[in-house]
Amino acid sequence: MKTLGHPTRATLAALALAALTGPALAQQGLDEPFQKPFKDALAGKTVAYVPVAMNFDLTEGWYAGLKKELEPYGVKFVIRDANWNTNAGAQAVTSLISEKPAVMVVHNPDVQTYAKLLQRAENEGIFVIQINMGSAYRSSAFVGANWVEIGERQTEGVVKACEGKSNKIAIIQGALSAAASAYTLKGVENVLAKHPEIKVVSSQAADWDAAKAKAITQTVLKQNPDLCGIVGFWDGMDIGTAAAVKEAGLTGKVFLATSGGGERKGACELVKSGAFDLNMSYDVPTQAAQMAGTIKWLLSSGAKPGSIKGSEYTTLIPITKENADSQTACWNLSDLKK
Amino acid sequence: MKRFRFNQQEIVFAVFALLFLVFSIFLNGFLTTENMLTLLQNVAVLGILGLAMAIVVIGRGIDISLIAALAVPPGLVLQMVQNGHSLPFSLLIALLLTIAFGLVNGWLIAYAEVPSLFATLATGLLLAGLGQAVLFQLDVVQWSRGMDGFERLGQGTIFGIPTSIVMFAIACIVVAFLLRQTRWGAYIYAIGDNPYAARVTGIPSRPIIVLQYVIAALIGCFAGLVMAASVNSMPTRVFNSTLIYDVILVVVLGGIGLSGGRGGVLNVIIGTLLIGTMLNGMTIMDISYAGQNLIKGVVLLLAVITDSFLNPRNEETAQQGDI
Repeated sequence: MKTLGHPTRATLAALALAALTGPALAQQGLDEPFQKPFKDALAGKTVAYVPVAMNFDLTEGWYAGLKKELEPYGVKFVIRDANWNTNAGAQAVTSLISEKPAVMVVHNPDVQTYAKLLQRAENEGIFVIQINMGSAYRSSAFVGANWVEIGERQTEGVVKACEGKSNKIAIIQGALSAAASAYTLKGVENVLAKHPEIKVVSSQAADWDAAKAKAITQTVLKQNPDLCGIVGFWDGMDIGTAAAVKEAGLTGKVFLATSGGGERKGACELVKSGAFDLNMSYDVPTQAAQMAGTIKWLLSSGAKPGSIKGSEYTTLIPITKENADSQTACWNLSDLKK
Repeated sequence: MKRFRFNQQEIVFAVFALLFLVFSIFLNGFLTTENMLTLLQNVAVLGILGLAMAIVVIGRGIDISLIAALAVPPGLVLQMVQNGHSLPFSLLIALLLTIAFGLVNGWLIAYAEVPSLFATLATGLLLAGLGQAVLFQLDVVQWSRGMDGFERLGQGTIFGIPTSIVMFAIACIVVAFLLRQTRWGAYIYAIGDNPYAARVTGIPSRPIIVLQYVIAALIGCFAGLVMAASVNSMPTRVFNSTLIYDVILVVVLGGIGLSGGRGGVLNVIIGTLLIGTMLNGMTIMDISYAGQNLIKGVVLLLAVITDSFLNPRNEETAQQGDI
């Protein structure tokens, strides 16, 4: 009780002092102590990007998003396009290890090829961020879709649409060598295990190729005109699947679920036209922003590459007729490039 | 005494007939009109490309750049329409690009005398690279509103027959007419059989070679338009696929020898039918991808081995350029 007076008096004194010095401080500004080390940590650093190929919505979107976020901080952004050639990609990663960029953003073609190389890179002091397709090596960060979840949610959609119908479904896989395809298939199997009434009449790989997907779907639909749903593994390929359904006059009767990066022309427009009934989108601009955020955090943290490891699985956006018209469900590549 | 001999064309036809018979008996739902139409529809584009390749191979050449001609000019049409140009104008530009491409191929082979394998390998890469680097924004060029109506080239039916089959039939008739009824066609056979003799006889062999490659590129572009219309987009990445091997396979399997001068449209049709029957049957049986490749390989090997048993090659029968 007696001591109560002291802090009050001290506060008053502090206030008086502040009243005297305050204006002076406001004129000089207050230095935020952490922004300069942050800027220094980023300026002049090199971030290398190794996609499986450029020229498609996902990799172009990531590229544009990363560039937009990082270049203003003086980060040098270099690209090594593997152009669908696993060998060329492995060579690019190898040569990058000797060039020593600060961060490598890597899009794996499969689980094994780059795994050892990425481990070596982190040992050499390069942060490795893996996108969408992880490798067997767990690096500083993984940013990307959870393929098993995609498979599960697509199949759940198809199973629901099949209620009270023939319960016959078809699966159009991607390339057999791709882990994304195998993981998605696992998700499909997880759901089918709970629904023994569903009969898979065809499960074939179309090699991410729209023409092959169309050929397979046409044959399957002729054999099973009462098919109630199709689980497709990528929207770029399932344009062909959708074309076959449309030609058979079964649009709206066969529920077509697919997945992709959510680019407007490839996703929302096609959902609106009725070609796809469900498109699970792993929203590429959000992924790009998460990657950029991770790079900023890692570079400014002072952590040693390989000492911390974590994952950021993308929150999926299910695109259906209800939200296909909205501004936020899909993105435009042209906007991202601005 | 003349011994009875099968040639490759007949062997492949026999394999096709056998396969067809087996599938018809054992495979439920194979021998239906609808499935037959699907079968043909699925290989129509391959067949059209086979025709283009046949023209070049009969003239003792090979055109590896065919897939670039399939992918890039039609892709350009879709891209230009997407960017707001009119469809006829875009088609005209693509047509000019295709003709220019054929002329470059032909000039390199006929006048610069670069072997066709290397010349077309390089020009194909060049055209595909040009497409990727300059012309297209994305690998898969999407259909846009301005293209509406054009999809009828690859979708829907004409008198109950799927359009792509009709397109294949039209291409067959045009190419058969060119090869069998015109003087140019006869020249192509003459050059393929013996280019030196053809030149000595006074056949304008160089312009005819150029013509072959221009026609092949044009047919390739046509196949691409049918394909784009059929899947509502142009996946230009098809250039990196193994489609070109399938095309060569159709041609060689059908019995058009790579040594040139022999074969015709019928051979392409037979080769296409065999591939189509195999693919269709295996899809109905839901055979895995790896299994399909295995079966494809075995059937093709069988056809080739049977041929070399029945028609052994030696120094006399082998020709220069035989692969």
